[in-house]
Amino acid sequence: MTWIHACTVQQVPEDEGFRVPTTPPIAVFRVADEFFAVGDTCTHDEFSLAEGYLDGDVVECPLHMARFCLRTGKVLAPPAIIPLETYPVRRDGDDLFVDVPERTDDR
Amino acid sequence: MPENHARVVVVGASLAGVHTVRALRAREYAGEIVLVGAEPGAPNGVAVDRPALSKGYLTDPDPSAAPLLSPTELADLDVRLVRGPAVDLDLGTRHVVLHEGRLVEFSALVVATGSTPRTLPGVEPRQGVHTLRTLADATDIRAACTPGSRVVVIGGGFIGAETAWSARALGCTVTVVEMLPTMMQRGVGPVLGEAFTRRYAAAGIDLRMGTGVAGIEGSDRAEAVRLTDGSRLAADVVVLGLGTRPETSWLNGAGLDLRDGVVCDERLAARGARDVFAVGDVVRWRNPRYGEDTRVEHFTNAVETAGVVATNLTGGDQWHDALPYVWSDQLDSRLQVFGRIRPQDELHVVQGDLDGSFVAISGGDGALQGAVGFGAVRQLMPYRRLLASGASWDEARALADGGLKLPRFRSQVGL
Repeated sequence: MTWIHACTVQQVPEDEGFRVPTTPPIAVFRVADEFFAVGDTCTHDEFSLAEGYLDGDVVECPLHMARFCLRTGKVLAPPAIIPLETYPVRRDGDDLFVDVPERTDDR
Repeated sequence: MPENHARVVVVGASLAGVHTVRALRAREYAGEIVLVGAEPGAPNGVAVDRPALSKGYLTDPDPSAAPLLSPTELADLDVRLVRGPAVDLDLGTRHVVLHEGRLVEFSALVVATGSTPRTLPGVEPRQGVHTLRTLADATDIRAACTPGSRVVVIGGGFIGAETAWSARALGCTVTVVEMLPTMMQRGVGPVLGEAFTRRYAAAGIDLRMGTGVAGIEGSDRAEAVRLTDGSRLAADVVVLGLGTRPETSWLNGAGLDLRDGVVCDERLAARGARDVFAVGDVVRWRNPRYGEDTRVEHFTNAVETAGVVATNLTGGDQWHDALPYVWSDQLDSRLQVFGRIRPQDELHVVQGDLDGSFVAISGGDGALQGAVGFGAVRQLMPYRRLLASGASWDEARALADGGLKLPRFRSQVGL
């Protein structure tokens, strides 16, 4: 596992995610004062969840309405059946770091 | 009242049937599940995820389509997969009769037999004439659409338009014949239908709108399509995109109420039967949202009806009143429709324009009735919420004109 610099706190909007262009991409979300990093691509179809609808700690894919828990990656609504990857997030001042497996390349 | 069903039998292993099984286990149903699969061409009778079949599967250089249920998932779900088709139902003894006479007893039955493509009345099936429903159909169409071949698509709805676009991408010369005055009129109404007709014509597809088919020429192979306006279209490949009819023939005489589908109540329970439900394309249910009996041939409805029935089979009491949603890939972008677009309703483009990406809303009877986005996935979301909240037409228009916070279009919102 490698900690990579994902983005700054300011780059994460209130009501959507920030897409980190790693391979595969990661989405960083803000829920109140907490930050979560999950796989950016909906596990059902190709869509960036950073552009999804955020409701509390749940993100909904606007293509087919699959829902995922940002804390656990768990599927909360079909048609998705595969959970999202989740990644540890560390905050250092205004910088956010995400712990990614080796196969995920840095930008 | 929560009944303890010892064995749920789901007849049909496409999207609605498979999601019913998943939803039952997700709701901790611990009884036995038998899934009867009869998808033509599929070795184990389980269908593939169909949306790609009119899109990427036709055009990708290296297409793939996996069955909706993998052997691992089948094992995890603890489902007994049985090869169909089912040919009869005995409500008295509570048995499904399979094709070779085998009986499967149920304590609850879920009808998920889907639908079958409509064909042209009076036109005998022959070589070169295709419908598009199964993986085998898509494979045949893909093989037939060689560069330069002349393809005539009969029906300009969502599937017809997607297939025409795919055939064009494969280098075919494509004509679409549609009885209504515009493409996709049933799905998006006349104004947006007209806009898409213009754009498809500009993309080099020959469109014959407001025209019927008089016949297909050719003895053992289709050679041409004759139209009601007297013209004749030479054709190597004919694709019928005429919608589907619900697959209820196996239920004839079984005692269920069959009228263009299995007639069900708000909970998707079949009328006149006990512990029989229907899901997906085959259910005609009393939709509490509109107070009408409705049947829907779309992906999201299949998934949602599966969830409702699984809830109602595990002690819950849920109505199916979800906001209708359809998506389709048109031209090179994504079309999404929430709610309904009725011909009599007003239509307003609230963002973008009809030659590019756009969001349009429609209203009637004082209420916001529908919202359509094209290449505008994020921009459409606020309107979905407005629709779900039951907003009035005035409220929706005022918000669109002023206060509604809309995300801007990103540079290019493609697929």
